[in-house]
Amino acid sequence: MNLRGYFLPVVATLGFVFLYAPIVSLVVFSFNESRLVTVWGGFSTRWYGELLRDGQMLSAAWVSLKVATLSATLATVIGTLAAFTLTRFARFRGKLLLTGMVTAPLVMPEVITGLSLLLLFVTMENMLGWPAGRGLTTVVIAHATFCAAYVTVIAQSRLRDMDESLEEAARDLGAGPVRVFFDITLPVITPALISGWLLAFTLSLDDLVVASFVSGPGASTLPMVIFSKVRLGVSPDVNALATIIIVIVAIAVTIAGLLLRRQHKKY
Amino acid sequence: MTTPAIAADTRPWRDADAPPFISIRNITKKFGDATAVDDVSLDIYRGELFCLLGGSGCGKSTLLRMLAGFETPTKGQILIDGQDMATVSADKRPTNMMFQSYALFPHMSVERNVAYGLLREGMSKAEARARALEMLQMVNLEAFARRKPHQLSGGQRQRVALARALVKKPKLLLLDEPLGALDKKLREKTQFELIRIQESLGVTFIVVTHDQDEAMTLATRIGVMSDGVIQQVGEPREIYETPTSRFVADFIGSVNMFEGTVGPAAPDLMRVETADLGAVAVPPVSGLTQGQTVYLALRPERITLTRSAPEGRNDVVRGLVLDMGYVGHLSTYRVRLENGRMITVTQSNRLRDEDPISWDEHIYASWNPAAVRVLTQ
Repeated sequence: MNLRGYFLPVVATLGFVFLYAPIVSLVVFSFNESRLVTVWGGFSTRWYGELLRDGQMLSAAWVSLKVATLSATLATVIGTLAAFTLTRFARFRGKLLLTGMVTAPLVMPEVITGLSLLLLFVTMENMLGWPAGRGLTTVVIAHATFCAAYVTVIAQSRLRDMDESLEEAARDLGAGPVRVFFDITLPVITPALISGWLLAFTLSLDDLVVASFVSGPGASTLPMVIFSKVRLGVSPDVNALATIIIVIVAIAVTIAGLLLRRQHKKY
Repeated sequence: MTTPAIAADTRPWRDADAPPFISIRNITKKFGDATAVDDVSLDIYRGELFCLLGGSGCGKSTLLRMLAGFETPTKGQILIDGQDMATVSADKRPTNMMFQSYALFPHMSVERNVAYGLLREGMSKAEARARALEMLQMVNLEAFARRKPHQLSGGQRQRVALARALVKKPKLLLLDEPLGALDKKLREKTQFELIRIQESLGVTFIVVTHDQDEAMTLATRIGVMSDGVIQQVGEPREIYETPTSRFVADFIGSVNMFEGTVGPAAPDLMRVETADLGAVAVPPVSGLTQGQTVYLALRPERITLTRSAPEGRNDVVRGLVLDMGYVGHLSTYRVRLENGRMITVTQSNRLRDEDPISWDEHIYASWNPAAVRVLTQ
């Protein structure tokens, strides 16, 4: 075999190692018997057991799941409406502004998003009395805000791809605009919306920075708890938890990818 | 006792007093600065199969979309069966449309696609289903009722789209390039299928197409469009034999066009002086003055090529065959006249064993004066 024949596989392997070696080592060490994170002491699932007994960790996981589910759902609704408005309404006042601003959270540094939302919530509380203090609600709102941008982008590209004469055909056959949206548009873009939802879900599950700004007592998300724990030294049950999260995220991302691909094939 | 149908009955457009079914009055549509449809007026009669024929961007699809209610005219009025459509939205119009892309709902079965329009009318599910199946039977697709659109071939999808558009028994069916996505053989077969369905249901059809063969085969009348304007409306034969402008003569079929000036008036035959053919006898046309510039249109198949000078013919020119193409049922010749002008001639190959005229032969090209169409614009 010549040099060329070796080149691609070698580079590909190096690339994969670079990307995934840390994750693999984390997964491997989550099954480590030893209390010391960096020393291998034999195979064991004891840290998974420890994790189940860690009340703080479990309640944080529960908070994170609740936040991720709610904010992903909210983001999907907002994102779909924004995408529909941007692709289906010919011209309206402020369309250009909306087009630009709707994706701004994608490039906005998280620190700034978090800080500005915190300021907003405090001001709102002072002026309107809502939201009362920081907690689950504020985290959900904050996450929905930046996740909606991602959903918008995904839904927008699907709506652009979609043959608009499908909607016209339904109109032509006697369906009003609302009927058309629920009968035709929504079912056709549903796979894209599901993958958007899954993406939003993982983003929310993953977020530390924004949550740190806008969260309050009793609403610590999992990343917040892990981060505070790690500062006191990495304990092996964090590895176990991280492994579980990786599995969940990997499944979600795979489903999202499959859905998008299947849809491209079909239409 | 029933009165026997006379020819004029099936051609209401020949009767000046017949009430039109669809009246398009001074319709203009602008997109920004661009004018897609420019002050078009058109009457279409009940039971017609009217073809709007034109190249891409000529405004024919925009006109169709205004009839369907997807576009609002900038100016003008559309009446369907006497009712002004200005305030009627697309979902309330007595029209249905068959889309160029067919626009079948991908997430619904064939049967549900067809039944969709009936359900929107408030028909019960069972009845809508029965009607949908009946319609699918008419297009020979009842066996595919449970399939999804992506499991069908192009021709089958086309028939589903037709069934879906017809199931509500619209007063007017609008078809946007209905055969455009089919291959040639299937297209020819489907043309007659379309005519059969149209005649058996008695629905008025308006078909948009860029394919002149399709328009000629399908239409009761054709409207030739270009640049947002209807250039001529007429029966296929009228459009072909008596075009009113150089554009139409050139657009439909092929034509040899000669510029000339009107000669002195004569009782039964006029003469036109041309640079290419000399003095040409043409059928008398009223309203022409001596010295006026006119254009003579001569169809390639109306010219006869012979090796020796044809007897008793005055309208003859000599030429040299530069090129010939044998198509089977006919041959196309490119002939250079003595002054260098190229003309196209087609000869039908009626006999199997004739000795055909070929390259580099000096020939005589002749025609009958009645074959010449005089155009002023």
